[in-house]
Amino acid sequence: MTTHQHAAPTPVGGSLVNAATLVCGVLIAIMAAILLVRFIFGLGMVANINDGYSWGIWVVVDVMIGSALACGGFSVALLVYIFNKGEYHPLVRPALLASLFGYTLAGAGIFVDLGRWWNFWHIFWPGYANPSSVMFEVAVCVTAYILVMWIEFSPVFLEKMGRRDVKKKLNKWLFFFIALGVLLPMMHQSSLGTMLVVMGGQVNPLWQTPAVPLIYLLTAIVIGYGVVLFESCVAAAGYRRTIEMRLLNPLSKIMLGVLAVYLVVRFGDLLIRGALGEAFHPDWVAISFWIENIAFVAPFFLIGSTQARRNPANLFLAGIAIMIGGILLRLNGFLIGYGHFTGSGWTYFPSLAEVMVTVGIFAIEVLGYIIITRRFPVLPREHAQVAS
Amino acid sequence: MDTRRHFLKGVVAGGAAITSAAVAPPACARETHSRPAEALGLLYDATLCIGCKACVAACKEANNNPPEFSTEDRLWDTPLDTSGYTFNIIKMYRNGTMQTKDAEVNGFAFMKTSCMHCADPSCVSACPVSAMTKDPATGIVAYDPGACVGCRYCVVACPFGIPKYQYDSPTGKIGKCELCRHRYADGHYSACAEVCPTGATLYGRSADLLLEAKRRIALKPGSVTRYPRGKIGGPDQSYEGPVGNYLQHVYGEKEFGGTQVLKLSAVTFAKVGMPDLPPKSSAATSETLQHSLYGGLVMPVVVLGALSFIAKRNVHDEDDESGTDKDKGEK
Ligand code: SF4
Ligand code: SF4
Ligand code: SF4
Repeated sequence: MTTHQHAAPTPVGGSLVNAATLVCGVLIAIMAAILLVRFIFGLGMVANINDGYSWGIWVVVDVMIGSALACGGFSVALLVYIFNKGEYHPLVRPALLASLFGYTLAGAGIFVDLGRWWNFWHIFWPGYANPSSVMFEVAVCVTAYILVMWIEFSPVFLEKMGRRDVKKKLNKWLFFFIALGVLLPMMHQSSLGTMLVVMGGQVNPLWQTPAVPLIYLLTAIVIGYGVVLFESCVAAAGYRRTIEMRLLNPLSKIMLGVLAVYLVVRFGDLLIRGALGEAFHPDWVAISFWIENIAFVAPFFLIGSTQARRNPANLFLAGIAIMIGGILLRLNGFLIGYGHFTGSGWTYFPSLAEVMVTVGIFAIEVLGYIIITRRFPVLPREHAQVAS
Repeated sequence: MDTRRHFLKGVVAGGAAITSAAVAPPACARETHSRPAEALGLLYDATLCIGCKACVAACKEANNNPPEFSTEDRLWDTPLDTSGYTFNIIKMYRNGTMQTKDAEVNGFAFMKTSCMHCADPSCVSACPVSAMTKDPATGIVAYDPGACVGCRYCVVACPFGIPKYQYDSPTGKIGKCELCRHRYADGHYSACAEVCPTGATLYGRSADLLLEAKRRIALKPGSVTRYPRGKIGGPDQSYEGPVGNYLQHVYGEKEFGGTQVLKLSAVTFAKVGMPDLPPKSSAATSETLQHSLYGGLVMPVVVLGALSFIAKRNVHDEDDESGTDKDKGEK
């Protein structure tokens, strides 16, 4: 390979068999067993979804939340390639890799939940497709994005295989795929919010608004940065590498900027629509609303000052707060604040089997991330690498 | 600092573009659809209903649905709500001593729950694969299991909670009333209306049913009038009966742009489980948003062009030569 000026991505190396990968393996095996039961006996056998709550955590957590948490690649690409902040380049590959897994598995997660999965191709078939359906747009857009990400990421494999010729050709078009890789998530992340709109009054007004596409888009960007903070800290701790504070500090400042815009939009919308009163009912829905928004405000206290941003622990906590806020925004819209007005006595709480499938899907992500970062050039080279 | 301001400006500008697209009524804003002229439907008059559930049994039979048990002895079909195997059910409102029929206090009342065949159905708008369709002539909202992917977006979208999925089957379908469209070929119509002994469920053109409903609520409570049975405009099976204490509201006339199934009641509709819906449908709001953002793919293509232009300028060597970071970021 070429000589690098600095910080070229290289495989981390090390053994693939360790405590983390073994735990992932066990969790994946449990998931496989549950899915076998699900495909033989039907959804009701393993999931607690019912006539009142037909969408459970397999849709809301695996797809809505899973894809939002996988927005790191998109957020960093936006920064590096659109706002020309080349200094963040070392964050591109790791973030892209996490997104790749997050999205690919969100896609796979849909499959598990589809009641008539053998017909799935109808979504892409002109004779069946319904372009007015928000879900149609989300499905097509997410599928396209998964393909685009694998293309964007393919240089990593091509490098490993030594196919520099193919890589050269691909590079001519890379800018186009990068542009697509920014556009597609903007489209479907906002549309994930729009999916609520057709549900009308069944969704609590705290989350039912025509501004929902913008709200989901802005949080997707913020969550993207939050996840980068989180992942950088975890990867650094896990691989005993130094944290890229030089990058994370200014990155978190940008994140706060977008977050501020988001909070203005979010509360401006609530005030304009006069929906804020719902937040003062003494019920779980209102409590969940407040936790969601406190989590979004917390980063200003955690990393509001340059001083505080120098502390990795604060960055890590801010990343977690953002993730909690984003997770709750989606859980609240689709589950906790859903059915609020029709409320005919139905309740939903995920079954253990349902939770284990979701856990298993996350385990695949973690396992994949470990395998690829240890064997392929993703993370920037470190002087003192783990030797094993 | 400066670059950060730049970045934020970009985010705000992008956000503003999306907001204006979402908030300003764009050229492609779609109106709430109204009922087709020849729309077919039902009129359910709760004051005539005696709760015999003949319509529930007939619906089961007409749609080949198995019984569902909710009692220990499993003696007969006792569904608690509509389900993937029960498309029609009679629910009951009760209060206090339950002495008087159709009284809100110390009374009881019935209500039929089945698909409303909305003029602008959320289920049709939601379905990604056109498995839920609305017939342009009859307005019947039909379901095609051959197309359905089982995503259950229709289930969560319907404001009446009507489409239901068969969770107990590995090949579960969505179940819902299709206005017995499969029975029309041999001269039959909705089984529930056909068997209803009192004419509480009446089948016909929605326009005729709406006229009939308006006629009833204009009558003086306690006076006597003729009630048709079965099918409006069909063979005369009418009978004379006293006029109920109607609310001055034909449910389904305006809700969500109108439904093809109309309802009359003496007890507040909210109390018998009918949601309070605005005249504008959620489908119209959703599709307006969707089309103004992505209609004809104009916005996405423009944005893609701009992004490609910017990305082309900003993709540097570092992406060509793996990891050769240019010095830009080093300060
Ligand atoms: S009542 Fe529900 S299922 Fe029936 S047409 Fe309306 S939205 Fe569709
Ligand atoms: S479950 Fe079937 S009918 Fe309902 S929205 Fe999904 S694909 Fe359409
Ligand atoms: S029209 Fe047919 S399917 Fe619909 S409720 Fe009546 S009997 Fe059942």
